[in-house]
Order: sequence, then C-alpha cells, then structure tokens
Amino acid sequence: MTEPVPATPSPIEALKDKEPSKAPRSQWKDVWDQLRHHKGAMFGGSFLIFITLAVLLGPYIWQVDPQKLDIRNKDMRPIYHLLWDSDAKAAWSKPLGSDQLGRDNLAQMLAGGRASMAVGWAAMVLSLLIGTLIGVLAGYFKRLDGLLMRTTDLFLALPILPLLLVAVTLFRQPLRSSFGPEGGMFILIVTVIAITSWMPTARIVRGDILAIKEREFVLAARSIGTTSGKIIRRHLLPNVLSPIMVSAALGLATAIITESALSFLGVGFPSDFPTWGKMLADAVQRMEQFPERVLLPGIAISLTVLSVNYLGDGLRDALDPRIRGR
Amino acid sequence: MKLKTLMLGAAAAMVMAPAAFAERGSDGEVKIIYWQAPSILNPFLSGGTKDVESASMIIEPLARYNEKGELVPWLVDEIPTVGNGGVSEDLKQITWKITPGLLWSDGTPFTSADVKFTYEYCTHPEGGCAQLTKFEGISSVDTPDDLTVVVNFTEATPNPYGPFVGGESPILQAAQFANCLGANASTCTEQNFNPIGTGPFTVTEFKPNDVITLAANPNYRDPAKPAFATVTFKGGGDAASAGTAVMETGEFDYAWNLQLAPDVIAKMQEGGKGVPVAGFGPLVERIMLNQTNADPALPEGERSTALHPHPFLKDPAVYKAMSMAIDRPLLVEIGYGQAGKVTCNWVPAPDAFNSTSMSCDTQDLEGAKAMLDAAGIVDTNGDGIREKDGVPLSIVYQTSTNAVRQDFQALIKDWWEQIGLEVELRNVDSSVFFGGDAGSPDTFQKFYADVEMYANTFNGTDPQAYLGNALCDKAPRPETQWQGENISRFCMPEYDALWAELSKTADMAERQRIAKELNDMVVMNGGMIPLVHRGRLSAHSNTLGGVILNVWDSELWNVADWHRVN
Repeated sequence: MTEPVPATPSPIEALKDKEPSKAPRSQWKDVWDQLRHHKGAMFGGSFLIFITLAVLLGPYIWQVDPQKLDIRNKDMRPIYHLLWDSDAKAAWSKPLGSDQLGRDNLAQMLAGGRASMAVGWAAMVLSLLIGTLIGVLAGYFKRLDGLLMRTTDLFLALPILPLLLVAVTLFRQPLRSSFGPEGGMFILIVTVIAITSWMPTARIVRGDILAIKEREFVLAARSIGTTSGKIIRRHLLPNVLSPIMVSAALGLATAIITESALSFLGVGFPSDFPTWGKMLADAVQRMEQFPERVLLPGIAISLTVLSVNYLGDGLRDALDPRIRGR
Repeated sequence: MKLKTLMLGAAAAMVMAPAAFAERGSDGEVKIIYWQAPSILNPFLSGGTKDVESASMIIEPLARYNEKGELVPWLVDEIPTVGNGGVSEDLKQITWKITPGLLWSDGTPFTSADVKFTYEYCTHPEGGCAQLTKFEGISSVDTPDDLTVVVNFTEATPNPYGPFVGGESPILQAAQFANCLGANASTCTEQNFNPIGTGPFTVTEFKPNDVITLAANPNYRDPAKPAFATVTFKGGGDAASAGTAVMETGEFDYAWNLQLAPDVIAKMQEGGKGVPVAGFGPLVERIMLNQTNADPALPEGERSTALHPHPFLKDPAVYKAMSMAIDRPLLVEIGYGQAGKVTCNWVPAPDAFNSTSMSCDTQDLEGAKAMLDAAGIVDTNGDGIREKDGVPLSIVYQTSTNAVRQDFQALIKDWWEQIGLEVELRNVDSSVFFGGDAGSPDTFQKFYADVEMYANTFNGTDPQAYLGNALCDKAPRPETQWQGENISRFCMPEYDALWAELSKTADMAERQRIAKELNDMVVMNGGMIPLVHRGRLSAHSNTLGGVILNVWDSELWNVADWHRVN
C-alpha cells in the first residue's frame, strides 16, 4: 500500500527567509520621515537655517560696516514706512533705517545676529557636553552619583549675574591679552552661560541612564563581558539621545536669551559691538518714537528661540521609537 | 438785575481771592516725585541727594545759596562778611545773628543753643556724620546769647560759609535730638523720621523708601506761606516714568533730575501737562587722561601709578589733537540738548570762576592730524595707527554703563580713529565703576585704562577744595588703598604752589583769577578733556508756580513760595 506522498516544499525552501519587499530603512531615515510631517519642526528648522545663513552670508552681500557712524543720516525709518507716510525719513540705502548715531540697522542686525547665534551655539554645545558627561557618570557609576549630583545642586544655586560680574573682573584681563577684547569676552560669556546651564541636562540624562542600565539588554551586554565604556557608548547613549536633543534645543534658546539679557544689562561685549540684546537695550528709551528698533531685534530673538523650540519638539517626537510612526 | 450783578461780582471776587491774597494752605495739595526714594529725613546720617532734598522742606540752615549761587540769609538777618564785621579780620571767626522770634514747628523758640547742638551732634566722635566735611577746621562754636552764634576756626578760612549753610547742613532741634548723640544717632528712628524743623512743612507720615506726607507748618515765620496745605512726596521708580507722570499724564506736579536723552524729553513735553526746567551747576562731563601707564603687563601695584609715566598721553601734540578732534556741539545735541552746554573748562560755574581763555566749540580733524604729523607722530608701519617712539597710539577708553555715555564713546572713538588712534571701548557697571572697591580693577579711581569718561561736580560755590583734586598727593595709589580725587594722576609743582596761594587768599577777585589759572593749567597740560557742561533738568507741571530750579542747594529750597497757577 503506497500512499501518495504529500507535496511538501523542499526543506531548503522552508528555511529560506522571505525576500523583504522594500529596501531596508535606516533609523535616521525613519526619524526624517517622522520629522517631515511635523509642521512646527519644519517651519522651525527652515527658519533656523535661513537665519543662520543670513547672519553668515549676509555681511558679504550687505557690505556696510555695522559700526560706521553716519550722524547726518541718523534716526532713519525703515523703508516700509514710506507705504503710509511718504514724508518719512527713509531711503533704500538704509532699508531698515538707522539708529540715533546713524549706524545702519540692517548691518547691525546681521552682525548682531552673528554674535548672538555664535554665543548661543557655542554655549549650547559646551553645556550639552558637560551636562551629558556628568549625567552619564552620575547615573552609571554609583560611587560618583552622590558627589556629582550634589555638585549639580551647588551649580543650580549659582546666580548667573553676580557670577558673571565676578568672572569679568577676574578673567577679563588675561583673556583679553590672549584673545583680544571681543574674542576674550566671547569665551568668557560662552563659558559662564555653559557652566550655569548644564544642570537640567545632567539631571535628565542621569534619570534616564538609571532606568535604562537596569534593563535586560544591558545585563546581557555585561554578561558577555562588555566593558563599561562600550556599554555607555553602544547601549546607553543612543537611548538617551532624545532627551539630550531636546535639552540641546532648549539650551540654544536659553543661551541666546541669556546673552541678550547680559548685553541688555551692559555686561559683556564692548559697547560698540552689536548683538541683538544690545540693540534692544539701546532702543528701549526711544521705544515710542522708533518702535522698529525694539521690534526688529526682539522679533529676531523671539523667532529664533521659537523655531529652535519647535524643532526640538519635533525631534523629540521623531527620535522616540514609541511615538514614531503614530 | 442788580442782585445778579452783585452776586456775580461776589463770585468773581471769591475766585480771584486766593490769587490776590495768598494765605497759608489755600492751594491744597502739591505732589512731588523723586525717582530715588528717601530713606531718612536726617541729612547728617545720609549723604544721598534724595534724603537731603526731602529733608530741606522741614529743616533749614542759617543761610542758603540761591539759583545764582549767591548766599541768601535764611534764619538770619544778614550774611556775615568782613565788611559788616560778621567775619573777623584774621578770617578765623564768623558771627551769625539769628532772626528774632523764630519758632520750631512744635512752638518752642529757635535759639543759638540749637545751632551749637547741631555742631556737637555732627562732630561727636562716636557718630558717623555724613556731612562732617562741612564742620572741618572748627575749633569751637560759642553762644554768647540766645540769638548769636560764633564759629571759631583753627586756621584762617577765606570761605567760612561751610557750617550751617546749604541744604546739607541744616539745624536740628536740640530738645528733640538730645538723646541721639554719637552711637545712638542711628537708633533714634522717631527723630530721624520725624524731625522738628523751622521749614514750611512738617512730617505727617514717613514711609521709608516710599512716600512722605507733609502738612504746612503752623508756626512758619511767614503767616502767608506755604500756599500748599499738604505735600505728597513720592519716591522711587525711574527718571522716564517720573518725567511721564509730570509732563504727559499730569499725575504729579514736580519731577526731580530727569537724566534722559533730549529727544525723549521733547517727546514727553508734547504731552502738554508740564515743562522741563534746566539749571547749570559745575557738573562737567569730561575725559580724564591717565598720566601714568596702565599697561596690563606691568605688575599689580605699579600699574597706573607714578612709577611709570604714560608712553604718549603726556605729549602735548597727542592730547591737544585728541581734544581738537571732538565735535562738542554735536555731543551736546545728542546727549543733553537743553541740559548741556559746550565747555572747555573743568570749573565752568559759578560764572565768576569760568575761565574764558580757551575755545573748543569747533571740531578740527585736519588740524589735529597736522599737529600729530608736525610732532613726528606718524604711522610708520602702515597699519593705520600712528606711533610715538615705536609705541602705537592704542588706547582703552572706559566709562560707566549708561546709554548717553555709550553713544559718546562710539562717536569719540570714530573721531579719534579718523586722526590715527586705535580705540578700544569698555563700559563698566556704574555700581562697580563708582563703587570705590579697592579690590576691583574696574573702579574709576584705579583707572586701569588710558582714558575714562565720567562727570564730576562740587558742592557750594567755592571751587577751592575741588581744584585741590589735581594736587600731586591726591592721586589714588596702592598706599592710599586706591582712594584719592586726583584721578588722572596729574602732577605739576607749579600747580601745587598756586593752589597753596589760593588757599591763603581772601580777596574775591584774586581768588577768581587764581582759580581760573588753575583750571587752565590742568586742561592745557593734558590732565583732562572737558566735554559738556551738564545742567540738571527737572520738570514741573504747568499749574505749579514759583519753581526756581536751584543747583547750588536743594531743589526744594523755595518750596514755601510754590503755589498753584491757572
């Protein structure tokens, strides 16, 4: 009695994987796809790119010296004033008008933006590095936790303004002799902003590291003999990337605002070195007569900060695999 | 018909009455705003202008300065002079004769014992009297009778009008302050907040750092004054809001010391509720030129001291060219408007002391360049900056943080760079700059810069002590904990000798001649570059009459004469 042999696929075929229908996707491509659908992030990102390019390339296109005094053409209004007031003192040679000493507002906006953005980015990167380092060390190595977190508390209690006044007094002269008056002050301001703003990042990172290092995949990695450094780099850091990115975005905004506040108070860069905060401070007295002098740098600061915040918001959504795809 | 006319006439007469026959308290309330709030009403315990001026409505000195800087008798009948025998021939004694019949606001008589008590109060060895300098050089104060005060000086004093003269040296009531001598002075809160005085007003309530309410003094010597029944004196805020409150919204009648840019003042004036008034004292905005080297490479303790003279700022061609390059009328227009005047002098007021030997109201960039070229100070290495003996004319220019000063810095930097200097600007927070902390490198006394800009003035009308600020030994240096008034470290033996002569001269015309010569010596020898003679700008409401802005004494010196106008 012979039964018919059922038609079975060949064993080799059964073991074969099905061909993926699409080419594999990298994590970053997923992130980008998600980010692209976040309207706020797209708006924020493109504005940030626009303003960065404007302050970087702008001075090469609009080649007017922002510190050049032109007292005969002082107090000019922006060109758009001609729309409703044909007698306004305005001209295409000074499209955004001029200040009380005849300095060109457009050139000052570009130069000021350069200073503000440079301070913002540099301080943000520095505070991020410090914050992440402290956070990872405190979260991963239990021995360091107490010490590092108390240090963090200590720094949280530092008031930035008195600290900056003391730092200016102590370090201005040596920095000025090595890097020049503007370079020295740049380093000083960036450092002070960075060392007074890394604490939230450190706390967030520490909290996440504490949670993640108890997970099974870290245990597995440790059981096969992975060193601590490798675990941190390969397993922990990629998992805390999203909070770091978010605090980076917030940090940039804070740094720009802090620099503006310092310039506003007259601490920091030499008085003829334009920054957005300084332009704002100079304009406050004549706010009623020349509202544009407050509005232009004010709007620039607000939009930059807002766009960074939106970008950070979008990045957080895109970087978190649990949210991504929803 | 007749009745109606009569009634109209009566009504009109009633309306006219207050103006025609002013009587005490007929004009209701006057509101004064000072953007710095008084914290005490005893000027001997506070040097602040706000405290001195608010107290000047309550307590008064024997004599005051009027708006022209002349002495006027206040609680006395005449100013003692050598001519009328009130001042002794050897200039060591002055005799004040108090007006008979003066009463304190509590009804007790005002006597010479109160004056003597005030001297003892301020010079008590355990007390920290803020106006001690007013009583310097006094050996004794005698009271031969109730209405005579004799002040004896240890040395001949050509200007004996320091003690008991001006708003900073008023008379306290002996009976009230008897237990507040020496170390007890600051614990007498009740006395310090509610002093009994001879002035037109008395304190009703004093809230430190906020509001003072005052009422007319029932025992004031002129029965028709003050015209106002009450005063509300508000302290705090900022100059801009004080100016707005008087000139734009009309909430207040008088605002003190409006340090605002001229276009801002003009904008406020458009509000139409009040007008600004300016008065000129001896306040001068100037650039001090460091006679010593502030190079950071020099060791601490030698930097900015007489050990190292400045490499180029002592050269007449350099400082004269720097002065010529400045367009002073433009600075006045931009920074101070009607509250500023061009000046070339360190002592521009009182008028009798204002030197006329220099003129500086035109900018001369070409002349400045030519002067530097002629002196051989030229650009030798092609970097656009002139060198003197190989040292580039590169200067650090510092001042305090203040919008007008930063504008001045930018303009002057621009002009100086046009004549071939390199200028680095620096601004320091004013509480640090004027703070006088010997540990800070940023104070104006330490002068760790080549040039610095600020304003200074003197009290009273006699510039002798002020001119003494340029004496060699007044230079701030480490041995004096960096204290001293000779900020530019100016040092000239001829100057010191001439100043000593001034301090021995009593004749007024001669004093004026010497003072002008001293002024010229400092300016012409590069001690400073005077820029703007600054006035004080206050504002009063259109309905407030009788205001005479006085920069030589308290601004409220004649508050008894203030009245309401329509």
